[in-house]
Amino acid sequence: MRSEGKAKRGFGSPQERVRLRLLRLLSSAPFAFLLSGCQGIQSALDPASRDARLVAELSWWMFTSAVFIYIVTIGLLAVGAGLFRGRKRLSFRSSTTLVILGGVCAPIIAIIAIGVSGVAIGDETEGAREAGTALTIEVVGKQWWWELRYLDEAGEVIAVTANELHLPVGERARLELLSDNVIHSFWAPNLQGKTDAIPGRRNVLFAEPAVEGVWRGQCAEFCGKQHTLMGFMVVAEPRDEFNAWLERQASDALAPPAPGLDVFLDLGCGGCHTIRGTPADGQKGPDLTHLASRRTIAAATLPNSRGNLGGWITDTHEVKPGALMPSFIPEPQDLHDLLDYLEALH
Amino acid sequence: MTAVGIETSGHDPALEPSSYGHEAAVGREAFERIERTWRSPAGFVGWFTQVNHSAIGLRFIVTAFVFFILSGLLGLAMRLQLAMPLNEMLSPEAYNQIMTVHGTAMMFLFAIPAMEGVAIYVAPLMVGARDMAFPRLNAFGYYVYLIGGSAFFLSLALGMAPDAGWFNYVPLANKTFSEGYGVDIWTTMITFIELSALTAAVELIVTIMKLRAPGMSLDRMPIFVWAVLVMSFMILFAMPSVMVASAFLMMDRLVDTQFFIVENGGSPLLWQHLFWFFGHPEVYIILVPALGIVTSIVVTFSGRPLFGYTALVLAITGIGMVSFGLWVHHMYTTGLPFMGRSFFMAASSMIAIPSGVQVYCWIATLWGGKVRFATPMLWVLAFFGVFIAGGLTGVMVASVPFDRQVHDSYFVVAHFHYVLMGGAVFPLMGAIYYWFPKATGRMLSERLGIGSCLTVFVGFNITFFPMHILGLQGMPRRVYTYVDGLGWGNMNLLATFGAFLLALGFALTLFNVVRSLRHGAVAPDNPWGGSTLEWATASPPLNCNFIQQPVVESRRPMWDWREAGSRTVVAGLSEDRRETMVTTLLDARPQSVMVLPGPTPWPFVSAVAASFGFIGLIFSPWFFPIGFFAVFATMVFWFWPRHPWRKK
Repeated sequence: MRSEGKAKRGFGSPQERVRLRLLRLLSSAPFAFLLSGCQGIQSALDPASRDARLVAELSWWMFTSAVFIYIVTIGLLAVGAGLFRGRKRLSFRSSTTLVILGGVCAPIIAIIAIGVSGVAIGDETEGAREAGTALTIEVVGKQWWWELRYLDEAGEVIAVTANELHLPVGERARLELLSDNVIHSFWAPNLQGKTDAIPGRRNVLFAEPAVEGVWRGQCAEFCGKQHTLMGFMVVAEPRDEFNAWLERQASDALAPPAPGLDVFLDLGCGGCHTIRGTPADGQKGPDLTHLASRRTIAAATLPNSRGNLGGWITDTHEVKPGALMPSFIPEPQDLHDLLDYLEALH
Repeated sequence: MTAVGIETSGHDPALEPSSYGHEAAVGREAFERIERTWRSPAGFVGWFTQVNHSAIGLRFIVTAFVFFILSGLLGLAMRLQLAMPLNEMLSPEAYNQIMTVHGTAMMFLFAIPAMEGVAIYVAPLMVGARDMAFPRLNAFGYYVYLIGGSAFFLSLALGMAPDAGWFNYVPLANKTFSEGYGVDIWTTMITFIELSALTAAVELIVTIMKLRAPGMSLDRMPIFVWAVLVMSFMILFAMPSVMVASAFLMMDRLVDTQFFIVENGGSPLLWQHLFWFFGHPEVYIILVPALGIVTSIVVTFSGRPLFGYTALVLAITGIGMVSFGLWVHHMYTTGLPFMGRSFFMAASSMIAIPSGVQVYCWIATLWGGKVRFATPMLWVLAFFGVFIAGGLTGVMVASVPFDRQVHDSYFVVAHFHYVLMGGAVFPLMGAIYYWFPKATGRMLSERLGIGSCLTVFVGFNITFFPMHILGLQGMPRRVYTYVDGLGWGNMNLLATFGAFLLALGFALTLFNVVRSLRHGAVAPDNPWGGSTLEWATASPPLNCNFIQQPVVESRRPMWDWREAGSRTVVAGLSEDRRETMVTTLLDARPQSVMVLPGPTPWPFVSAVAASFGFIGLIFSPWFFPIGFFAVFATMVFWFWPRHPWRKK
C-alpha cells in the first residue's frame, strides 16, 4: 500500500524531478497492492473454474499416488539393501516377482490411470461444452502486452482493449489466440491451462469462471526481452455488469477534449496508441480509449494510479526494460494536463 | 611374426593383489617395446598429436566438467537474481543470455560430451580393446568440441551470446526478432556439437561391435557397454534432426530461405517438431549411459552378479526406441489435435515400464547383499532418491490436462532438474569416484566424498523441490524477475540458498579431485573388486591398455580369473605397431587384426580449419567455400597413405 500512497500525490509541485526519482522507487514494489489477501490470484492450486478445479483434483490424486510409489520403492531399497544387508539374496523366483510387480504391473496401472484421466479431463477442459459459447474474444499476443478484441456473433469487432480480460461468470467464453510476431502463451492458471498464440495459427481456449473475482495471468512462452512482465488481469463479473462494461468499452472516448489531449498528440503518442473519437489512431500500442477503467498499466505490472502513469510515461524503461515504448519527459504542466486527461478516459 | 593365437597366461593374479603383473606376463623387453609403440607424444606440441582413447576420453571429461562449472556459476547468478521479487542485479538482456547459455551449455557442452567422454574412456577398456576403431577421428571430434564450446562461452564474455533460449524457438530466433549474432552463434555451436557427437557415436558403435575381446559375445557385454551402444545409435538417429533444423535456421538468417517465415508459408511449428524430435531423445542420450554407470556400480558394490541382465538390456534398448516417439509432449499447448496428443500421452507414460524394470532389477540385485557403501555407491543411492522423484513427476507431465497447467512453469524446471541432475549428474559423480583410481592411479578421499555427496543431495533438494510448488502457484519459466505479492518470494529465496549449498557440495568434489591427484593413496589395479575388464589393466591404464588382450569366458571375467587363478589371453600381436583384435559381431570370434594409426597433428589442423569455416559463416556465407576447401586440404594430409601396415 505504501507505493500507492506516494504515487497519489502526483506531479503538481515544482520539485518534479525529485518526485520522478521517488517514482522510480515505485517500480521496486509495484505489486504491493496485491499483497494483502491476494495470494493465489495466479495459481493453479486455487481453481476458480470447473476446468481448473478438475485439473487441480487430478494433480492432488497424482501427487498422493506419486508419494506412495516413492515411499514404497525407496522403502524396498532401504529394507533390501539396508535392513537385510548381508543376508541371503532373493531367490530367482522372488526377484522376478519383485521386478514384474514393481517394474511392470505398477507402471501399467499408472499408465492406464494417467491415460484414462488425461483423456477424460482433457476432453472436458478443452471442449466447447453445451453451456453455450456466445462470447468470442480474440486474444492477440504482442511484444509485450495483450490486445483483446471482443467480437459479436457475426465475428465483427465490438470493442478493443488491452491487458484486462473481462468475462461473465458462469459462461463459457471462447478465446481465440493470435499473434503477429513471436509465439506467446496465454496462461491464467486459476481458470484454465495454457495455450500458445502462434503466428499463422488460430488456437482456441475456453474460459469459464465459476465465481466473481479478479485474477492475474501472464505469458508462459519465452517471447523475448520483456517476456517476464507480460501479464494480464482477468475480471469475472455478473452478466449485467459485464454488459455495461462491454458497452462502455465499445464506445468512443468519454472524456471531453482537454489540454491533455493536445499534449498527447503533440508528443506523438497517437502514432502508436488509439483513443477512439480523437485523431489518435496508432495501432502499435494498447488502445487507450478507456485506459482509466483498467486496474493496471504496463501489462499488469503496475496498479493504475496517477503516480504510476506519470512514472511509466517519464521513465518507461525503469519499469519495463526493453519495452518498445520510449520515455517522454514533457514540461511539468503538460505532464499534469496529460495525466488529467488520461485519468478521465473512463 | 608369430601367429596370433590364444593361450593361458602363466601368472597368477591372486598372488599380486596390487598389480596383475603386466610386465611379468610378457617379459620386460617386450613390455617396453609395446608400451613405446602405444605411447602418446609428450610436450606441448605432442599434446596436439595424441590419439589414444584414454587421452581423448579424459580430455572430453575434463573439458565437459570445466563447462559444467562455468554453466553452474551462471545458474547461481540466475538464482541470485531470482532470490527476491523485482531484483535488479541482472538486466533482462543479461539474464536472457545467461539463461540461454546455461541451458545450452549444460545440455550440449556438458551432459552429452561428459557421457561421451566416459564412454570413450571406459568402453574400450571394458570390451578389452587396445584402442578405438578410428583414433584420429576421435581426436578430431574432441578439438571441434573444444573450439566450439570455447567460442560459445567467449560470446557470453563479449556480451553477444544468444538470448532466445536453449530451445531457440522461431519466430523469436528469426532475423526480425533476434538481430545481432547471438542466434547465429547458437546454430554454429550446435553444428560443432553435432559433428563431435556424431564422430563419437560412429566411433563407439564400431569399436563396440567389432573390437571386443575374443569371447565377449553380445550377451557377455557389460550393461554399461550396452548402454553406450544404445546411446550411440540414438545420437546417430536424433542428431540429424536438429542438424536439419539448425541448418534451416542458419540459412533463413544468412541467405533468406523461408523455412520458418510465416508470411511466406514457413512454419514455426516445423522448428518445434524438428527440435523436439531431437530434443527428447537427447535427454535419454544423457540418461542411458548413466543407467549403465549405475548398473556397473551396483554390481561392483553388491559384490555379486546382476539380477535380470536380459531384462536390463531390453529395458535400455526399449527406452532408446520409445524415446523417439514422445517428442510431442513438449508441444501439448501448441493447439495440436487432442486425439494426436492422447497418443503421445500414452507413449510418454510408457517410459515408466522400462524405467521401473531397471529400478527393480537394481533393488533385486542389492537385496540382502553385502553392499559396501563407499562413495560411488552413495552417489547411486542419491541417484535413486532424486531420479525416482523426477521420474514420477515425468509421468505426471505426460498427462495432457495436467501438463497444460505446468508446461513452461517452474514445475517443469523442477522436474527436469530432478531427472537430469538425478539421472545424469549424480551417476556421473559416482563414475568419477568409481573410475578416478583407474584413470589416475590415485584414490579419492572417502571422507570428502561422503561430505560432498551429502551436501549435494541436501542442497539439490532445497534448490529444486520448492520449484514444484512455485510452478503450481503460477510462476512461469524463463522470467528474469517476478512481481511482488504473488507469494513466490519465500520459495525463491529458499531455492537460492539451496543453490549455494549445492555449489558447495560440488566444490568439495573439485577440491577432492585436485588434492587426490597428488596426495591420494596409490590405487591398486582393481580397488573396488570390479568384475569388468577395465580393472584388468594397470592404474592408470597402460599405453596399450592390455599388454595381452584378454579372452573372455563369461560376463564377469575379473571374478572368474580371481577364482581360477589364471586367465586366457591373446598372444602374437605385433609389438612394433598398434594392433588390436577384430572379432565377429555376435559371438566375438577372432576374425582378424586391425592396425591402428598413431599420433598425428592433422586432426587438430583439420578441426581448426573446420572451425574457421563454421565461425566465419556467422559473418559471411563466403566462409562456407573457404572452410570447405580448407578442411579438404587438411583431410588430404590426414589421409595421405602412410602404409602403417607395412612391416618396418
